[in-house]
Amino acid sequence: MSGRQVRVFGGLALALLSAAALAAGGDLGQVEKQATNWTAITMFGAFVLATLWITKWAAARTRSAADFYTAGGGITGFQNGLAIAGDYMSAASFLGISAAVMMNGYDGLIYSIGFLVGWPVITFLMAEKLRNLGKFTFADVAAYRFKQTPIRAFAASGTLVVVAFYLIAQMVGAGQLIKLLFGLEYWIAVVIVGALMMIYVLFGGMTATTWVQIIKACLLLGGATFMAFVVMYNYGFSPEQLFAAAVKVKADSAIAAGKSIEEAGTIGQAIMGPGSFIKDPISAISFGMALMFGTAGLPHILMRFFTVPDAKEARKSVFWATTWIGYFYILTFIIGFGAIVLVSTNPQFLDAKGGLLGGGNMAAIHLANAVGGNIFLGFISAVAFATILAVVAGLTLSGASAVSHDLYATVFKQGKADSASELRVSRITTVALGIIAVVLGIAFEKQNIAFMVSLAFAIAASANFPVLFMSVLWKDCTTRGACWGGFLGLIVAVVLTVVSPSVWEATLGNPKGSALFPYTSPALFSMAAGFIGIWLFSILDNSARAKEDRAGYLAQSVRSETGIGAAGASGH
Amino acid sequence: MENDSVAKIVANPKYQHLVSTRSRYGWILTAIMMIVYYGYIALIAFDKESLAARLGEGVMTVGIPIGFGVIVFTIIITGIYVRRANSEFDQLTHEIIEESGK
Repeated sequence: MSGRQVRVFGGLALALLSAAALAAGGDLGQVEKQATNWTAITMFGAFVLATLWITKWAAARTRSAADFYTAGGGITGFQNGLAIAGDYMSAASFLGISAAVMMNGYDGLIYSIGFLVGWPVITFLMAEKLRNLGKFTFADVAAYRFKQTPIRAFAASGTLVVVAFYLIAQMVGAGQLIKLLFGLEYWIAVVIVGALMMIYVLFGGMTATTWVQIIKACLLLGGATFMAFVVMYNYGFSPEQLFAAAVKVKADSAIAAGKSIEEAGTIGQAIMGPGSFIKDPISAISFGMALMFGTAGLPHILMRFFTVPDAKEARKSVFWATTWIGYFYILTFIIGFGAIVLVSTNPQFLDAKGGLLGGGNMAAIHLANAVGGNIFLGFISAVAFATILAVVAGLTLSGASAVSHDLYATVFKQGKADSASELRVSRITTVALGIIAVVLGIAFEKQNIAFMVSLAFAIAASANFPVLFMSVLWKDCTTRGACWGGFLGLIVAVVLTVVSPSVWEATLGNPKGSALFPYTSPALFSMAAGFIGIWLFSILDNSARAKEDRAGYLAQSVRSETGIGAAGASGH
Repeated sequence: MENDSVAKIVANPKYQHLVSTRSRYGWILTAIMMIVYYGYIALIAFDKESLAARLGEGVMTVGIPIGFGVIVFTIIITGIYVRRANSEFDQLTHEIIEESGK
């Protein structure tokens, strides 16, 4: 126990940083391959069969580009809320947050709250306007009154960059997770994920992608609820008793590590309050902004607002998404404490040095075994794999829409492409993205990619979100302002991430302390660059186009407020 | 949309009422959410002890109900907005659309 305890407190800050990327669906780090788990593989097989059957059903309904991109606008608010929550409750978020709670207690809660608080803001300021202005991609909203070619080119770049980083992180995470849970080779896992994801998107489009996400969200919420229920049942449904037991476990292991009784008491109680997660307020605020506003700029999340028939359902979907995500974070907190008392005290789950078998992120997986035996372990492992599959399918669809709808149909064909050829281009792009994702997933196997998801969030918050926000809400915004400001935000986010400790030191191997940018997340600065850029280049813009852009605001605002003329559900 | 129908809708007092009420309501709720979240973060950044203080005899601290409270508050404030927008604001929008003759 002692070795583990020292590492727990020594590596506390580091663990939370990597958990930062994890929760959003990132890197699981290098993991040991486990024995082949046939229960998990069988359960996963059942999930795959069910989803393939749904894809077949969805394929029969996917005829037009509208069906492919937005499921014909026929998803209800409740269903869409579950799907959005599913995009958010990634495998790594489930494993990463419960592991962070197991290790650091309260800090894990602070961290998960950051992911939730962006949702109300999106609801209050953006959701209905997005639905009223948009058709297939967020570029439809941003480009509503602007010159199409430059703004679409910007939006497609913003989308593809975010999707690329997110996708690599997911693919590498999938490979590591499956090596860990199923005992399969890394490359086999990556190829399976790539192939299945291509089948869902190619044949079933948004309908299949959404239903795969909904099923997975239900399985994950159900599984996590069961785990939290059993943990609470063991402590007579008294939080006080659960927390007291966890504090005692932490204190006992501190005593075993040679601390005095008094020190051990303090160490034990430390999991009940904030620790070192927030050390400098700038990093905390900057990271919080990346999470809060990045959510409102992630193309695969924004795309979901176009799958519901109207603004009313769009609002309902964010309400349900917020509810399920909030509920899920409460569950992961209980699961993390459950892991302290039921996993870290059980030698069955520990290696010779007292660490968790398979690595720190296995907390929830071992807890599944502890509360439900081998069958439930298999179930949770299969759900974790299904989760990655569902998230990559959504990402690929959103990348394919950017290429076929924004670049091909609008920029290349000047809006004259017919639905059939647009659909063909998006399918070709899906195959290309699938192959690229598999190749990059294998290429990045041994790389430290913890920064990639934080980078995706930072770019979404600094490039996509400011352009979307200003084009919808600011009358004087112009095409030039939006494009230049958006690219400025994108470049600042990428550059600051490269010279931040997580890339400059941890990935590029430069000496510690040599990073030029000291903070965890660039969002505070790169978002400011994006917004100021848009403002400055817009007010300096006196071109004829700028007059047209400004004159278009009134009609845009009427449509964004009332939905008159908005794309409805394409009837089935 | 035709320019004259845009002008007609913008001139409708109901439209002006809808836009100003909804946008004020949205910004006020946004401000409340920001105050709650960044207030919580500031409390952690500047006064960790207050959250780590015990609530009585046991191990329970002030921070646990506050943290859970932020989660529940986030859900509730979203619900409050959606409830008003889906009834009052949508009713108003519906009337504006009817009156615009579309």
